[in-house]
Amino acid sequence: MTEQIAPKEQSAQSEANTAARRSRRLPPSTLIMAAGLLFLAIVPPLAYFTGNEFWLSIFTRLTILSIAAVSLNLVLGYGGLVSFGHAAFLGLGAYAVGIPVHHAINGEFESIATTNGLFHIPMAVGVCALYALITGAISLRTRGVHFIMITMAFGQMVFFAIVSIETYGGDDGLTIYERSSLPAISLDNPLTLYAVCFVSLLLALYLVHRIVNSRFGMVIRAAKGNEERIRALGFNAYAYRLLAYVISGSMCGYAGALLGNFTTFISPEMMDWTRSGELMFMVILGGAGSLFGPVLGASVFLLLEEVMSDFTIYWHLPFGIMLILAVLFVRGGISGFADRLLGAKRDD
Amino acid sequence: MTEPLLRVQGLQKRFGGVHATDDVNLNVIPSETHAIIGPNGAGKTTLISQLSGQILPDAGKILFDNRDITRLPAYQRAHVGIARSFQITSLFMDMTVQDNVALAVQAHQGHSFRLWRPARSDDHLRAPALEPLKTVGLHERADWTVSELSHGERRQLEMAMALAVAPKLMLLDEPMAGMGHEESMQMVDTLKSLGDQTILLIEHDMDAVFALADRISVLVYGRIVATGTPEEIRSNDEVRRAYLGEAA
Repeated sequence: MTEQIAPKEQSAQSEANTAARRSRRLPPSTLIMAAGLLFLAIVPPLAYFTGNEFWLSIFTRLTILSIAAVSLNLVLGYGGLVSFGHAAFLGLGAYAVGIPVHHAINGEFESIATTNGLFHIPMAVGVCALYALITGAISLRTRGVHFIMITMAFGQMVFFAIVSIETYGGDDGLTIYERSSLPAISLDNPLTLYAVCFVSLLLALYLVHRIVNSRFGMVIRAAKGNEERIRALGFNAYAYRLLAYVISGSMCGYAGALLGNFTTFISPEMMDWTRSGELMFMVILGGAGSLFGPVLGASVFLLLEEVMSDFTIYWHLPFGIMLILAVLFVRGGISGFADRLLGAKRDD
Repeated sequence: MTEPLLRVQGLQKRFGGVHATDDVNLNVIPSETHAIIGPNGAGKTTLISQLSGQILPDAGKILFDNRDITRLPAYQRAHVGIARSFQITSLFMDMTVQDNVALAVQAHQGHSFRLWRPARSDDHLRAPALEPLKTVGLHERADWTVSELSHGERRQLEMAMALAVAPKLMLLDEPMAGMGHEESMQMVDTLKSLGDQTILLIEHDMDAVFALADRISVLVYGRIVATGTPEEIRSNDEVRRAYLGEAA
């Protein structure tokens, strides 16, 4: 029967095609990721030991924002859910460190007053999971532009809520006088802090890799392209997306806890809607739906920010132009462009 | 007569002034192939969509396996044993052929809140996904991305996905749409090879309908004007006037 549809040449071609697929064990995107991670493992410590502590701090920020972008990529890139409020998770995660430390030093609210990181991190993740569950349950009932606007609105709600709480500095922000204390690890050492962030990034990448390739991930990715069909097959798309949103938000909250420990000064500004926009830029520029793309996007973003902001306060402009070019001409962002350049199809 | 698998009673659906489904009564008996024919705009797809739950009816009842499923959400209907294919090919374009069928298999195996083990190396998905591909003759394309497939092959994949869930009832919305004659005949062979599978089919290709159907219902302006065996339908005057006559 098959011979009828596929004439001999065509089936020979198909075998060749299949063989070619099989031989592509390591797609370029994997090689780029390996190279990128190797770079992040070697260069920042080297910079530190050669006295360039400034560069180490840039790399620390890079790894933290990368985790946030990787978490956003889970819903935006793989799930097709354009969340415009992810900075709120970063902020909540940071305040989950800042508020307990504030009370540990200034008293009051003794039940949460602690500098213990083993309290801060579950707090950051837990608060963000809960926030994602509640806001996601509402937002995910909408589609398209409505989803973008409602996630942004929730983000702004958190922003204004924090602004209005005088105890924690309002819009003046809150200084974290003591970093999270962890057993056997001191985050006051910049190199240790970087190591923690880098390992966290590795874990975040591995986690997302496992999730998007699991049964759950296949449903999420399929629903992105064709929601009606995924329902007709018998999947409750809403429930799957809600779980993805909660995972993404929790992961971003964890990044926020790291960010609080890194900057030691937090303010509502870090969860402004423009910050959410920056995270989206990173994901889309780097390559939405590719595992390492968000890290590439975050790198370009920080590089431009560092280099261009020396010359002009309008450094967002070239970034914006790049983003427009990437969206117009390069499907799949930097990651997709690199793959095409090296002559292979996208594959994770 | 055996107890019908699907019973539709007094189904109504209006879109503004258009009466897309007008008091439709319909029975589908186990292991029959039941075709619904009718001119364009007769409301065939609207009817199928109410059966599969994409559209909710305004009035009337849908009973499946003696259970009222009139208000059951689409994703739960798949679990009671209804699978549908789409008239406009509705596939996951960026995924491979086997991934598409594997998703259907996944859906059939219950929930997919498994977040850790890789799905693409899961033999409990891959092997059952290959079976329906063999049935429709598409297994050699298993590793191809859907966007690389020809139109006819995509139609076959639609069919394979409906088959993968081992449904009690298959709702096929114009499975031969846009196919050449040879491809259509091959699809007819495939459908015939399914044997006892209960099928409710919408189709424009009359050769295919008369080759496949045990019973035919004729839908005109949202109403079923006749139901019967292919011979009865062919000789029914009202049907000739309303529908077949146009083509003849």
